Amino acid sequence: MPPWVFIGLAAFATYRIGGRRIGLMTLFGLLFLWNLRLWQATVETLVLVSLSTVTALVIGIPVGIWFALSRRAWRTFSPILDMMQTLPSFVYLIPALPFFGLGAVSACFATIVFSVPPVIRLTALGIRNVPSELVEASDAFGGSTAQKLFKVQLPLALPTIMAGVNQTMMLALSMVVIAAMIGAGGLGRAVWQSIQRLEAGAGFEAGIGIVILAVILDRSTQALAARARPHGSA
Amino acid sequence: MSRIVLEGISKIFGHKHVEAVDLIRQGKRKAEIAASCGAVVGLCDISFEIVEGEILTLMGLSGSGKSTLLRCMNRLVEPTCGRILVGDVDVTRLGRKDLLAFRQKTFGMVFQHFALLPNRTILSNVGFGLELKNVPAARRTEAAMQAIELVGLKGWEAKYPHELSGGMQQRAGLARALAADAEILLMDEAFSALDPLIRRDMQAELRDLQRKLKKTIVFVSHDLDEAVALGGRIVLMKDGEVVQIGQPEEVVARPATEYVARFVEHIDRAAVMRAGQVADRSAPVLAPTLTASEARARIAAEGGDAWLVADADRRFAGRLRADRLAGARPGDTVASLLESGADAVAAEARLDAVLARVATEGCVAVVDPDGRLIGGIASRDVVRALAARPDHPETSSLHKPAGAERWTGTSPNFPSTRSATKASTGSPTMALG
Repeated sequence: MPPWVFIGLAAFATYRIGGRRIGLMTLFGLLFLWNLRLWQATVETLVLVSLSTVTALVIGIPVGIWFALSRRAWRTFSPILDMMQTLPSFVYLIPALPFFGLGAVSACFATIVFSVPPVIRLTALGIRNVPSELVEASDAFGGSTAQKLFKVQLPLALPTIMAGVNQTMMLALSMVVIAAMIGAGGLGRAVWQSIQRLEAGAGFEAGIGIVILAVILDRSTQALAARARPHGSA
Repeated sequence: MSRIVLEGISKIFGHKHVEAVDLIRQGKRKAEIAASCGAVVGLCDISFEIVEGEILTLMGLSGSGKSTLLRCMNRLVEPTCGRILVGDVDVTRLGRKDLLAFRQKTFGMVFQHFALLPNRTILSNVGFGLELKNVPAARRTEAAMQAIELVGLKGWEAKYPHELSGGMQQRAGLARALAADAEILLMDEAFSALDPLIRRDMQAELRDLQRKLKKTIVFVSHDLDEAVALGGRIVLMKDGEVVQIGQPEEVVARPATEYVARFVEHIDRAAVMRAGQVADRSAPVLAPTLTASEARARIAAEGGDAWLVADADRRFAGRLRADRLAGARPGDTVASLLESGADAVAAEARLDAVLARVATEGCVAVVDPDGRLIGGIASRDVVRALAARPDHPETSSLHKPAGAERWTGTSPNFPSTRSATKASTGSPTMALG
C-alpha cells in the first residue's frame, strides 16, 4: 500500500473517531514522518504496537473479567500484577531472549508481558465498580451469569476498560522502542542506532517520530474511551 | 397461585450457621446468639403468609432485616433455613436454573435507587426483564410500551434515565417490573428516594395500579405513613423478628409491644383510624316510632344537639336535631322530625375524611356495610380518638422470649382482613345492636 493511501485512511479513521483536530494531527504528523524518510520505520513500529496491543487485550480482558468475578483470583494474582508494573521495562527483555532469540518475536513477547497489567487491572476495576443495585437488578429479573456479564457489567465497565486499552497501548509503544535493543525494528531501532553511532540529529528525528505516533495513538484511543462513556455521566 | 408462605425463615451471617440455627430453635434471641457464638442473626425464625393480591408492607428501622427478608423471597439472599412457598412451588428447593426461570416468571423487583441501566433508553430498560427471558424484540417492545403507558411515561421512552426526574425514573423502574408480567412485585424502599409530594402521588398510583392489575405486592418501607397510604397489612419487624402483623388501624390502636407503640407514636392517627373504630357505640339511639315527648324523656339526661335514630334492627333511619325536637308537638313521631340529607358514613371510611362533616354537622352516624348503625361520631369522640395513647399491651408479651409470640399469618387478636377497605368489626360492643 502506498504511503499516501495509508496516511489518508488513517487520517480519515481518526477524524471519524475523534473529530477534526485529531484527524488533521494524524494527517500532518504522518506526512511529516514520511517526509523525514522514516515511513518504513513508522509502519514497522505501528505493526509491532498493534500486534502486541491486540494480543495483550485478548489475554488481558478475559483475565480481568476473571479477576473481577473471583475474589480469590484477584487476591492471588494482584501482587503479581503489582510486581509486573514495578519492574523496570528492560528486565522483560531478558526472559524473552532464551526462548525466542533476538528479533521481532522476542520484542513482541516482552511488549505483551509489559503492557498487559493495566488492561487486566482496569477491566477488573470497571466491572467491580458497576453499582451493586444494577447487578442485583439483573439477578432479580432472572438473568444468568452470562447475561449479567454481557448486558450489564461489561457495557457499564466499558469506559474503564477503554482507559485500560489506552494505557496498554501507550506501554506497548514505549516497550517497542526499548525492545529495539533485542532486535525489534522500527523507530526504536533508528533511535538505538543513532545512540550507538552518536548521531544526535538522526536520533532526534526518530524521537520526534515516536512522539508523533504516541500522540496520535493516545488521542484516538482516548476519543474511543470517551465515546464508550454512557450518556449523561461526565 | 401467587400466595406466599414463609415458614421459619432464618438468615445467619458469618460462620457457625449450625450452632446459631440450633440456638434459634431453642428460642434464643439475636443478642444472646451473638454473645454465645458470634454469629449475626439477620432473620430469626420468621413465619407468615402473604395473601394473593394484597399489598403487604414490611416495616422496620434500618437493620431490622426487612430488606433481607424481601430478598429471601426471591433468594437474592439465601435463607439459612426455613421454607418459602410461592403458590405450590418451594422456592428454597429450586436448582439454579429453575430458580432463574422462576424469578423471570414470578418476581418483578423495584429498587430504592431505581437501578436503571444508564446506557440504555427507557424503552430498552423497561424491556430488560423480557430481554433476559429471550422474548423476541418486537413483542418485547410492545409489552414495554404497554407498561410505559400504564405508568404514565408515554413520550419518554426514547430518553435516557439521566434525562428523567427521580419520580419518572422510578416509574420506569416500576414499568420494568410490570412489563415482565410477574405475579409478585417486590418493592425495596421503592419510594424512599423520592421527594414527599412525588412519593405521595406514587403511593396513590401504586394503589390504583394494584387494584387494576391484582398483583401481589410486597413493599419494604421504614415509613409508617407510607404503609398507611398503601393501605394493606403491615408486618412490623425488629432485630430480624416479626413483632406485629395487622392492618394499619389495628397496629396503631393496639400495638403489640413497646417498640411498636413507639413506632406508631407520631403517626397521623386520623389517616389510620376508621370511622367504625372512633364511633361512640353507647351514644343514645332513638327509635323512629317514639313520640316527641317520649323522646324528650329518653334524652333528658343526655346533652348534645342531635341524636341518631335507628329502628329495632339498628337500621339507621336518620338524625334528630335538638331544635326540631324542641319545636315539635308532643304527639309527633320521631320519624316525622328527622333531618333530611343526614347520610351515615361507612365504618371503613378514614377518620380524616369524616372530620369536616363532624365539624359542620356535630354528630355523624356510622353504619356497617349492611346499613346497621354502629354509633355516632361527635367532636369529643374525635378528640378522644386522636388524643388516646395507644392501649398498652395488657399482656406484656413483649418481654417473653422469642417463640412465645410466634406470628403466623393471621393473629388471634386481630381479624386480618385481606384489604383495608373491610373494616375490622371484632369489638364486642358491636354485638349489642
